[in-house]
Parts: sequence; structure tokens; C-alpha cells
Amino acid sequence: MKFKSQKIAYWFFLSALLLFGLQMIYGFIMGFAHMGYDVLHELVPFNAARATHTNLLVVWLLLGFMGAAYYIIPEESQREIYSVKLAYIQLISFLVVGVIAVAGFHMNWWEGRKFLEIPRPLDWLVVVNVLAFLFNILMTLFQGVRQTTTALVLSMGLLFAALLYLPGMMWFDNHTLDSFYRWYVVHLWVEGVWELIMGGILAFLLIKITGVDREVIEKWLYVIVGLTFLSGLLGTGHHYYYIGTPSYWLWIGGIFSAMEPLAFLAMALFAINMYRKGEKRHPNKTALNWTLGTAIVSFVGAGLLGAAHTLPNVNLYTHGTLVTAMHGHMAFWGAYGMLVLAIIAYAMPNLTGRKLYDTSTTRYAFWLSNIGMVGMTVAFGVAGVAQVYMERIMGVDFMETQKEIEPHFLVLVLCATVFVVGVVLYIINFFKYGRPTDEALITE
Amino acid sequence: MLSKSQAKVFFLGGTVLFASLFLGLSFDTVSNRVGEQTNEDQLTESAIAGRVIWDENNCMGCHTLLGEGAYYAPELTKVIERRGAGYVKTVMMQPNSWAPNGRHMVAYNLSEEEANNMVDFLTWIGNMDLNGFPAKPKYEVKKNETED
Repeated sequence: MKFKSQKIAYWFFLSALLLFGLQMIYGFIMGFAHMGYDVLHELVPFNAARATHTNLLVVWLLLGFMGAAYYIIPEESQREIYSVKLAYIQLISFLVVGVIAVAGFHMNWWEGRKFLEIPRPLDWLVVVNVLAFLFNILMTLFQGVRQTTTALVLSMGLLFAALLYLPGMMWFDNHTLDSFYRWYVVHLWVEGVWELIMGGILAFLLIKITGVDREVIEKWLYVIVGLTFLSGLLGTGHHYYYIGTPSYWLWIGGIFSAMEPLAFLAMALFAINMYRKGEKRHPNKTALNWTLGTAIVSFVGAGLLGAAHTLPNVNLYTHGTLVTAMHGHMAFWGAYGMLVLAIIAYAMPNLTGRKLYDTSTTRYAFWLSNIGMVGMTVAFGVAGVAQVYMERIMGVDFMETQKEIEPHFLVLVLCATVFVVGVVLYIINFFKYGRPTDEALITE
Repeated sequence: MLSKSQAKVFFLGGTVLFASLFLGLSFDTVSNRVGEQTNEDQLTESAIAGRVIWDENNCMGCHTLLGEGAYYAPELTKVIERRGAGYVKTVMMQPNSWAPNGRHMVAYNLSEEEANNMVDFLTWIGNMDLNGFPAKPKYEVKKNETED
């Protein structure tokens, strides 16, 4: 690392990985419940497990993004973080809010709004926290020696992510309007501004790993984030097909969301081409694997599997079935989970000075987690498609259908176990690095 | 060959253009269309109270409504039409965990007034114009009773 304050990133990464571990436990609770073993029902009913699983996902990814920003922005701006103290206060308060929210979910304190279950009083604390984070990052950026495109795109993504949280905090008596604005947050995050964050982090990693000229990488970064908004903004329409909103969203949402894979395809081609073009071979092979991995798996999970059920005439039958869970798991993993693991894999040797670049643990972590996730996606897909044909086309009762597809959840749990082994190996490797140290300065 | 500044113009120009289109369509949807399509004039105090109960108990964490939710418990958009108000009220007022086919629902033990609010909310939802959702199944399956 080049600046002492980059060490802050370590504590964000550590928190992110621990919460990721906790998220997976709640996944198993739901997997077993789907198999008919909802033995924890009295303690952790399905809706509590579900809210915890998805909110922990959002929180650990945000922590990963914040950690990435604390690592990347000083290096890009060529100065220390504006306030190290503020960064630590912000981390601790963010974790406190997270813990209160998760505890609340187990005591029926929440809002029944998918992905945004955190109650509104806590929403305000999240807003204050994120404002503190943005203040710190933007002050660093604008007081820096230079403002690179990579840093600007990353910061812009973080700023818009914060602004887009606000529409989700409004109350409407009309359920349709509530859903309408809820997608402003959820869709425009994951299929909009989070892709800016992804593009920024990916560009940083590719500059460092491949050695390709910054000007070339940043040019394509603009093209990719341009494609993201070109398709993703009106692509929000695929959430407005069947919720009481006008029928023009059927064709607008259909056309533009069918174009959404383009941005992810561009991301994948971008990463692969820069890798091929690069003359420098960075020794951190693990970071390279995760970097190319996130670009490719996000195209499959978010791009192709999203497109598979995004057309209105298909979505009429798949809307509200396990087909969505199929797409959701691989999309979040490929685009954002693997991205955070990529930046951690790149940053850790630089923060600690220990060069565990390519070990059997890192290789098993990469392959087992990805093979496990492919298996999980297939299991969800088979269960989802069976559900669509039985329930939506043949008219079989919901619960009778659920009974028939229970065996697929056994496959899901088995594949999830492979996935978890991979992730646990990644976390073990993380701890092998030890703590960040000032002795690691200028080792790059 | 595309230059970096041209790429920047593509990004900024595209973003401003498509954000404007999206906001314009959103404005039309919210101010001109949703009220009529959801029969907002029929949204009674009781139905709103039902929505608050729906929200406060995270019913969406298991069920789906308008196809949105968690895929663990039945889709409820047309539940009043499918099961009738009496059935729904009975489920809502259960003092013990309701477990059809072995899958548990949280025992909400609602009062009669609260159960009526839920019925009014779900009735209002069921009457919306949802562009054809949920589609009627193409076939009607006959269950072979002797196998049970």
C-alpha cells in the first residue's frame, strides 16, 4: 500500500466477510424449511430468516464497497483519507445499526418491503452514516493531487446509491406506489448505480493487474457505464409489468431490460481483452481469478439469467416464482459478491505485506465457491421451472407443487455446502494474512 | 476510433437522456395512471389499516402479493376470489400456528376488526387491473384421489 490510511479498508473487509458468513447460515435455515424441516419456526420464522439473509447481503456488500473506496480513493487521489477517525466511527455505527436491525427482524420489528425491511427510524441512521462516509471520500477525492476517471466513476456510484435510498423511505397508502418507489431503490441500485461502483473497482483492478494504459481502460469504463444507464434506467420497467402500473411498461421494460445484458457482456469482454492485452503479469493470480471471474459470472448470472425471464410474456408465468431466486443468487454472487472478494484478494497482500498470491487454499476457495454456486443456480432453476409448469400452467395448488419440488432443495443444500466450503476457505486465507501493518508501506 | 472524451459524452449524454425519459414516464405513471388502475377511490380506511398490518408483519417475507415476495407461501393477489373472505379471516384469527401441508405460518391471532381490515386490503388488491396477472392456468388438473 502507498498510504497509511488505506489500512481502514481491512476492518471493512473483515466485517463484510463475517456478515457474509452469517448470511449463509440463514440461507441454510430457509433451504431446510423448503425441504419441510422448518424446525426453527418458533425462533426464526421464514420471514425473519429471509429478511436477515437479504439484508445481511446488502450490508456486507456495502461494507465491501466502502472498504474498496477507502483502499482505492487514497491511491487514485494520491493522498491520505481525509479523516481516519471519521472512517472508524462510521464503520462502528454502521455495524451497530446492522445489529439492531437484524435483532429487530427476530422480534417482528421491520417493514414488509422486500430488501428494504429496515424500519424507518433506522433508515435515518443509515442516511447519516452514509453521508459521513461520502463526506470523507469526496473530501479525499477533491483535495487529492488528481481526480481520475476511475475514482470519479466509483464516487459517483456511491453518491447516487446514497441518493437513491431516499425514495424507499416515503410512505404511501397505495401499495402499488410503495412498490413503484421501492424499485427505484432496489433496481436502480443493482442494475444501475452499483454497476458504476463495479465498473470503478474493476477498472482499478485491471489497471493494477494487467498494466494496460489507464487511458484505454478508462475510455472503455465510460462506454460500459454508459451502456448500463442506457438499458438499466428504462429497464426498471420489468418490475412494472404486473403491479398495477400502466401497460406501456410491458414493451418499454421488455425492450430495455432485454438490452441489460449488453452492459455485463461489455464488462466481461473488457476484462478479458485487457487481460490479454496486458504485458505486465501481476503475481497476484488470486486477484486476477476473482477479477476475471466477477466479469464473466456477472454476465451469466445477471445478464443471461436475467434476460431469460425478463420478457413480459415469459415473466407473466415466472413472476413471483423460484425462477427469480435462480437469477438472483448468481447475479448477486457474480456481479457484487465476487467483486468484493476480488478487491479484498488484491488489497490484502498490499495491506499486510504477506504475499499469499496463489496457494492451494485460494484456488480451492475460488473453484469450490463457484462450482457450488453453479449447482445452486441449477437447483433453483429446476425447482422454479417445475413450479411454473405445475402451478402456473397446469393449475396445481401452490402447496402441492411445493411438496413435489422439495427434492430440488436437497440438491440446493448440498451445492450450498460446497459453496460454503469455498467461502470458508477464502475467509481462512483472509485470516492467514494477519493484520495490516505500516511495514507494508511502498511494497508495491 | 472512439476517443476517451467521446466515450465520456456517450456516458453523460445517454445518462441524462434516459434518466429524463424514465422520470417523465414515472411522472405519468404516478400522477395519471396508478390511481385509476388500482381503483384508488375504493381504498378505504379499513383497507389502508390492512396494508399497515401487512407491512408491520412482513407478510411479504413468505408470501407474494402482485407477484412480489419470498416464494415460500402462496401468492395472495387473488386469494379472496380463490378462497373467500371467511377462509382468510379464519386463518388470520388463528391462535395457533396454521400449517397446511406441514408448512408453518406464524400465528398472528388477529382481532376480528384487524382480520376484516386484511380482507378489505386483499379485496382491494384483487380488484386491481394488473395487465393480465396472474394468468389463468391453461389446464385444469384432476387429482387422482385414490393415490392419497
